[in-house]
Amino acid sequence: MKFSVVVFPGSNSDYDAFYAASRVVGEQAELVWHKDTDLKGADAVILPGGFAHGDYLRTGAIARFSPIMAAVKSFADRGGPVLGICNGFQVLLEAGLLPGAMVRNDRIKFVSKIVPVRVEQTDTPFTAACASKQVLHLPIAHGEGNYYAPPDQLAALEEHRQVIFRYTDPAGEVGADWNPNGSLNGIAGICNRQRNVVGLMPHPERASEAVLGSADGRVVLASVVQALAEGALRHA
Amino acid sequence: MKARVYVTLKPSVFDPQGHVVAEALVTLGYADVKDVRQGKFFEVELDHADPATAKARVTEMADKLLANPVIESYRVEVLQ
Repeated sequence: MKFSVVVFPGSNSDYDAFYAASRVVGEQAELVWHKDTDLKGADAVILPGGFAHGDYLRTGAIARFSPIMAAVKSFADRGGPVLGICNGFQVLLEAGLLPGAMVRNDRIKFVSKIVPVRVEQTDTPFTAACASKQVLHLPIAHGEGNYYAPPDQLAALEEHRQVIFRYTDPAGEVGADWNPNGSLNGIAGICNRQRNVVGLMPHPERASEAVLGSADGRVVLASVVQALAEGALRHA
Repeated sequence: MKARVYVTLKPSVFDPQGHVVAEALVTLGYADVKDVRQGKFFEVELDHADPATAKARVTEMADKLLANPVIESYRVEVLQ
């Protein structure tokens, strides 16, 4: 299968994602410039971390207008698996491909550390190879990862099992002390209603080999490889 | 013609930056500060003579780009 990793001006995890997809997971991968208009035959698309367009105005707000985003949207509409990591998640929120928004971390601090994250649902292409309630140790590195959605939208997310990753303690228990940024309900990652678009603030691609401090993130990209091999995803 | 757009977080959304600024002001000795909400301010120059049209256009811009309606509200003023 083939991963396409979108490169915005200001992306900085693009090569990390490319490396994890190609060298760690061992699949084809290609970097796609944000001014391109096609996804080069992607089976799965990654919007990487960084500071797309300098995070001017709001995180992800300008990246939404990059020419490649029309292709990403139509790929997602056809059921193609799309993963937004960190800034990529913020872009998906601004583009309306995922619900909600990000505000500044509650303690006004850029947080960069490895945190425990619990896998809430395994019926998405990016968690298919995870065990239910598995705790992954993944790095976070963001200043605006404080997830917000209005009360009715938040309730709908929980009701439709769209919360995919949640900050917990290492044993998988939720607690305010383990919420690094003030996200509502300890949300670290969500999916859309169709479940093919997933966004998360932690960086699985930066935790894909033991030498990086954790290899727990590898399962996220391995999941989509498995899901595509099993034909669980239908897209043109 | 110029228009001004004031964007702020909705009252229901916690404003961490405003909160820290308020704490700093209290530390400076302004004990009377109860709260601060931080926002954004845009000055838009337009090629319009009609204030009503200008206001409608800028309101549309605020909806589409300048504010994120999930977390922010805005106010538009047209300067004569």
